[in-house]
Amino acid sequence: MIAELGLAALWLAAALAALQLYAGTRALRPGGEAVAALVRPAAVVQGLACAIGFVMLLWLFAITDLSVKLVAANSHSAKPMIFKLAGAWGNHEGSMLLWVAVMALSGALIALIERRLPEKTMLATLAAQAFVGLGFYAFLIVSSNPFERLPQPAAEGLGLNPLLQDIGLAFHPPTLYFGYVGLSVAFSFAVGALLTRQVTPEFARVMRPWVLGAWVFLTLGITAGSYWAYYELGWGGWWFWDPVENASLMPWLAATALLHSASVLAARDALRAWTIMLGVVAFSMSMVGTFLVRSGILTSVHAFAVDPERGSFILVLLTLYIGGALALFALRAGTVTEGQRFSITSREGALVFNNVMLSAVLAIVLFGTLYPLLTEAFDVRVSVGPPYFNPMGAIFVVPMLLVMTVGPLLRWRGDSIGRIQRPLILIAVIMLAALVAALALGEAGVLPLLGLALAVGLAVASFLPLRGRRLTRVPLAVWGMVIAHFGLAVALFGMASESAFSEERLAAIAVGDTARVGPWDVTLSEVLPAAGPNWTAIEGHLLASYAGGDPIALDPQSRSFWAPPQETTESALATRWNGQLYAVVGSDAGAGRWQLRLWWKPFVTFIWYGGMLVALGGALALIGRVIDDLRRRAVRARIAERRAEEAV
Amino acid sequence: MSTLKPKHQRLVLVVIALVALVAAGLLAAWALRSQASYFYVPEQMVAEPPAPDRAVRLGGMVEEGSIRTLPDGVTVAFVVGDGKARVPVRFAGILPDLFVEGSGVVAEGRLGPDGTFLADNLLAKHDENYVPRELQEMTEHQKREVVAETEEGA
Repeated sequence: MIAELGLAALWLAAALAALQLYAGTRALRPGGEAVAALVRPAAVVQGLACAIGFVMLLWLFAITDLSVKLVAANSHSAKPMIFKLAGAWGNHEGSMLLWVAVMALSGALIALIERRLPEKTMLATLAAQAFVGLGFYAFLIVSSNPFERLPQPAAEGLGLNPLLQDIGLAFHPPTLYFGYVGLSVAFSFAVGALLTRQVTPEFARVMRPWVLGAWVFLTLGITAGSYWAYYELGWGGWWFWDPVENASLMPWLAATALLHSASVLAARDALRAWTIMLGVVAFSMSMVGTFLVRSGILTSVHAFAVDPERGSFILVLLTLYIGGALALFALRAGTVTEGQRFSITSREGALVFNNVMLSAVLAIVLFGTLYPLLTEAFDVRVSVGPPYFNPMGAIFVVPMLLVMTVGPLLRWRGDSIGRIQRPLILIAVIMLAALVAALALGEAGVLPLLGLALAVGLAVASFLPLRGRRLTRVPLAVWGMVIAHFGLAVALFGMASESAFSEERLAAIAVGDTARVGPWDVTLSEVLPAAGPNWTAIEGHLLASYAGGDPIALDPQSRSFWAPPQETTESALATRWNGQLYAVVGSDAGAGRWQLRLWWKPFVTFIWYGGMLVALGGALALIGRVIDDLRRRAVRARIAERRAEEAV
Repeated sequence: MSTLKPKHQRLVLVVIALVALVAAGLLAAWALRSQASYFYVPEQMVAEPPAPDRAVRLGGMVEEGSIRTLPDGVTVAFVVGDGKARVPVRFAGILPDLFVEGSGVVAEGRLGPDGTFLADNLLAKHDENYVPRELQEMTEHQKREVVAETEEGA
């Protein structure tokens, strides 16, 4: 019954999306006023219906209804409740339903509250949203029905991939989806503005919170995903340039560019066509990401189903959305008039540079990710990894970071390098000093050294926009920028330090023996069997002491799950302020010895602290912008009231 | 720059963006040709060995009875074969959980000067649902070959 209710809600939402699309596009032409009033209510009810559909799916997973195919295939009655619920989106069908539910709710939200743009632009925006939504509804209902029943209820569920049974991971996919959805809303706004020729600063201000929100979620999702890969996979790395990681990085790069160009449009009415273009690109990248991950074209823990029908369906959607948007852009971009002029040495100039560099990095990542798929069509199998991505990305990232140190110091419209001479010299001296210090500390590659110097310079430079200002009167959005830029410096420092100064030790040692890695002495005290609710393991008991200090107990495990049968390596970490000791236990090495793999990674945690700071900066900017908007709205309401009184 | 008309400024910006993107594309194309790591089966690796310092991947079946752990306790030597050729492989590290004799493996690394493949990383079958893509296809292919061979023999 619940499953049928869910499916009915899904059909209802699809029908309402069709209505919303029809009424929205009809209202743009003359004589469409009659149906215009339908658009906003349709969007609101569509959001509710779709949300009800998702709640029904959660319910099915909560009660482990094994007559539903999806539940039987992905859940198990013996799982803890939180993982039962996470199972609802830890699979292809459920994750698509979550995607569209969040998107429909966002549509409902803008239909309810957004009144700043001309009504026609809003109708076009909601129609574009309905168009995107409709594709997803068709996909769900036709080829990925999450509510499909089994002819015979299963006796027991198959369980959730043990690698995914992790509290952090339960919230990783939804976080990324919120980001993708935010970009789809920004895309709808861009299409609406383009259709009605309303590419204005007001449009940028309306779109910006959605881009900021999407960007915060993507940042958090990428940071969490990176940390998960780091401690769960047991390989000691935090970024593998895996296509699935790239699939989340590409929308982030595009969103970062969009965020900055929208700021230029909002503040200075320049970069109009470019902002629209980035809106299209950012959403396209999130669709490409979804396609790569969900189509089964890649094999990884993320690719749940290898099903050619689904792959082709998403490919058709992708072509329809991106092709349609690009065609519209090509047709209409000419009608977007030029914005305000600016000189090359100005805030706008620096932001344009940042945008171009980010786009170049995006192109590098996109080519590297798609290349193996391309060659496979010619039956040549290749993989593309760090030897390609690291130096190629750095070619564009390094100049971007350099400009990023001075960009926020420049004035809008036009400025001179002479005016900011002193901070410029200060930053240069700090970078050189950091470079010399890093060189003195030990041998390292060129990129990590550059990274360290840039990180230190950027960390200082990010606070310079605050100089000479009363800190209590600095707007929240500026604090957001400062913290986000500082966070990037922190993350960069962690990355550079990890790759420059990590030490690794692989040893086979007997119980009672000690292995040395960096400043740590690690003693194997015993190896014991262990067991959990759905797994058994061998557990190594280690005592690690930093530079002869008090020993810390570490218990890495090698786990065997029984539902479904699989083995995983559980790493153990000892975290200090200046880095992490990472320990993994392997198998019996014979002669009473056990394999141990140890890493000492100085300042590695800065990578994720930095990521969180970036997200915090984004969140502060978002809050600041929303408060500003609310204030402006209140002022406008008051003016309208006064006018009304005067008229009386 | 301030003397430019808005239209000209836009043109300049578009040209700059295009130049940067084309440069990125060309760089990517060049780097991909030289940096992509190619996939070999043992037969290819023996017939046309890759340059010694080039990162490549080797995929095949771990031969029965070939896995041995060297005295240091952490280095493992085994042989990867595809029925036509055999390549000795050496790997220092913790073995993937489902790495067993007679099953498929993809080794990432480089070919040493003595013809031994030095693996930095091994990808083995994780579970029923997760098989490295190359292995999945290769075993299908091999199954067909095995069938063909037995039929010829009969």
